[in-house]
Amino acid sequence: MKLYEYKAKEILKKYGIPVPDGFVVSSPDRIKTIPGPVMVKAQVLIGGRGKAGGIKPANTVDEAKKVASAILGMDIRGYKTQDVLIERRLDIAKEMYLGITVDRSNRSLLLMASPSGGVDIESVPEDKILMAPVDPLIGYQPYLGRRVASFMGLQKEQASQVVSICHRLYQLVMSEDAELAEINPLVVTKDGKVVAGDAKITIDSDALFRHNEYERLHEDLTPLEEKAKRLDIAFVQLDGNIGVIANGAGLTMATLDSLNMYGGEAGVFLDLGGTDDPEKVKSAMLLMVEAKPKVILLNIFGGITKCDTVAKGVLEAIGARRIGIPIVARIKGVNEDLASTMLKDAGMIPAHGLSEAAELAARESQKVG
Amino acid sequence: MAVIVDEKTKVLIQGITGYQGTYHASAMREFGTKVVAGTSPGKGGSKVKDVPVFDTAMEAVGKTGANASCVFVPAPYCKDAALEAIDAGIETVVIITEHLPVLDAIHLIAVARSKGVTVIGPNCPGIASPGKAKVGILPNMIFKKGTVGVVSKSGTLTYEIVNAMTERKVGQSTCVGIGGDRVSGTYFIDVLKKFEADKQTKQIVLVGEIGGTAEEEAAEYIKKHVSKPVVAYIAGRTAPPGKRMGHAGAIIARGRGTAESKIKALESAGVKVAKIPTDVPDLLQ
Repeated sequence: MKLYEYKAKEILKKYGIPVPDGFVVSSPDRIKTIPGPVMVKAQVLIGGRGKAGGIKPANTVDEAKKVASAILGMDIRGYKTQDVLIERRLDIAKEMYLGITVDRSNRSLLLMASPSGGVDIESVPEDKILMAPVDPLIGYQPYLGRRVASFMGLQKEQASQVVSICHRLYQLVMSEDAELAEINPLVVTKDGKVVAGDAKITIDSDALFRHNEYERLHEDLTPLEEKAKRLDIAFVQLDGNIGVIANGAGLTMATLDSLNMYGGEAGVFLDLGGTDDPEKVKSAMLLMVEAKPKVILLNIFGGITKCDTVAKGVLEAIGARRIGIPIVARIKGVNEDLASTMLKDAGMIPAHGLSEAAELAARESQKVG
Repeated sequence: MAVIVDEKTKVLIQGITGYQGTYHASAMREFGTKVVAGTSPGKGGSKVKDVPVFDTAMEAVGKTGANASCVFVPAPYCKDAALEAIDAGIETVVIITEHLPVLDAIHLIAVARSKGVTVIGPNCPGIASPGKAKVGILPNMIFKKGTVGVVSKSGTLTYEIVNAMTERKVGQSTCVGIGGDRVSGTYFIDVLKKFEADKQTKQIVLVGEIGGTAEEEAAEYIKKHVSKPVVAYIAGRTAPPGKRMGHAGAIIARGRGTAESKIKALESAGVKVAKIPTDVPDLLQ
């Protein structure tokens, strides 16, 4: 779960990492005083805000109000700006990069640092980036911070501030279950202070059970996506006209690929997860109907549940409402023949294998155009 | 021979009294697995379908000699359960549980590796060696004993491919579902190494998906160290960038982790790559 910049900075502050003075507002009228010259920053969960005009300076309260009202409501690459962060402008002497992320290959956390900050870290040449895996059995130790400070080319006072920030950022990641914590830029001000200029924090959504404080912060989801999330269903809207329901991420993707082979295009990716639970199949079917595809392709590889039970779930979801669109159904597992007959009797198009199902669905979608 | 588990493996089911634990304990037995014990705190002394239940893994291992464990414990308690098994001397820990926090996975896997313990998963279907043993939730009916080693990030997609192989009378030596989380105990390379050394395995099937660079790393490894023929399928060829496709790791981010890059890497390592999963048996010799 990505956090807004203002929220990320509140957390940095909580862990003792310096951030500029500031406050967040959703209406220009709420700006009463400002802490000197400020930056007004759109709070959206996407990069490239500056280029899109979502970050502007202001020197007086009136100016801040004016700038804020221009930015509030602004559409930034598909995200609507609902809040702005009003923050003291920093006198920048140097911009650096500091981040902690998950390192898949090393199965550890990875401390990343660069003397070049304020730009997308992907665009920084590799020899300018320090990547230091944190051995999980050793944990963070001050020597890692000293490596970072030295790599950044810092000395004395600034070096010791960075060593302390590294330690605090690691504590933040461990205690808050962050899968990404990034300070970019990490600023050295003209008066020698090291301050977080911008911050990105992503909390591991699998760890939310031990972080009740984050429950309320939800990403901007469409109503259907919101519903899917509550049902623990992976739901992605795509450009085609075929709604695909399958169980398991790999199988759902493979179903999309197979459709494509036969000239069909998926409009919805719906992964039930590693389940063939009839109740979940039923709610997924209902959700899919709401997404209004032209054809539905159901591909369930039954591990443990009986196919006829799954078929029953499908029929319960569809039965009452005549949805009037072709449904190609492939259910594999115990009692598959019985399930096939049940679905056929209900007017669905039964398929025996993945290829056959994909071919049939693609053909149906071409018929309806 | 088979890899990781065989007819001598003695399995402990952690979380045996839950629905999944109970069901799969029986299914594993039907497959031929020696399921010797279960744990469920507070239910020690009882039995689940003749399998003795203990309060702690330590006691279960001491009384039954279990050397592998299959973890069905819910995510909030999963790290504790896996570490308990490792501390009790279990050599192979298969974690079925999904949605394990990534920091928990990092910690428990680091501990396991420091003690020479193999972890498979989390969020994986487990491992099956037909005719010998199964530790996990893969459906029994799809397997046939044979000489093809299968390693896969996916669950049901693996079933689809193994099933297609079996329908074509192509049997398997061992099938390992390593799971699709970002951090897993076992990666492709760990299993490829074992298949290359295994006498029963004559050919290898690798099932990957978009996201990360594990398939590219596997291709590099195959080029240098694998002499047996490898056939692959990569799911997500048609997935759009920036969208997380079900698995936490299945996302094309900033142009990386695309199916094209993986297919290209594998093909340059001499791997035959199937366009759709059901083509895999055709590409095997």
